[in-house]
Amino acid sequence: MIKADIINKVAEEAKITKVKAVEAVEAVFDAMKGAMQRGERIELRGFGVFQVKPRKKGIGRNPRTGREVRIPPGKTIRFKPGKNLRSLS
Amino acid sequence: MTKADLVEEVVRVSNVSKKHAEIIVNTVFSSIVDALQHDDKIELRGFGSFRVRRRRSRQGRNPKTGDRVEVPEKRIPYFKPGKELKDLINHQDDDTPSEDNQTATPTGGEAPAYVDPESNS
Repeated sequence: MIKADIINKVAEEAKITKVKAVEAVEAVFDAMKGAMQRGERIELRGFGVFQVKPRKKGIGRNPRTGREVRIPPGKTIRFKPGKNLRSLS
Repeated sequence: MTKADLVEEVVRVSNVSKKHAEIIVNTVFSSIVDALQHDDKIELRGFGSFRVRRRRSRQGRNPKTGDRVEVPEKRIPYFKPGKELKDLINHQDDDTPSEDNQTATPTGGEAPAYVDPESNS
């Protein structure tokens, strides 16, 4: 499934035009991206929680040369599934 | 940020009623849940992908009694941030990551090793 499928579903459910649905769906993901960029946690009842977490600096190794390379500390996103996603089996 | 903030944002950007915005936001997430429940994966360019990972059954132990128990197979939803999102959270000062095309791959750059060819359709 890709964004277009979500857009179609949204247009259908909300009875809005596809153009409008594109705008709205982009707004949802853009807002989420913005929040994560600010390091904010996103909590969506039933769906899950997105959290920006710092990652430690690490020492990696170039597998070909065996030389050590430093991996800079970065951030990553952790998604913790919520209630509606916990019963997938 | 909560769902209410997303609803507000949709109202602001696409100029729909609050009621509509609520339906829209709920539909976005319920369609993702639906897809995952059908073992489908969801790929959102620039954002990331959701897929189901299978965890095999294993022998566990009841920590209190020490009894062996069989832990059944599980299916766990997994989110993998896309390249654009990763760049966003790691370069807060830079809104438009410019190195997008340097590591271009046939599928557009999101972890090519895991991208299914059919996912582009």
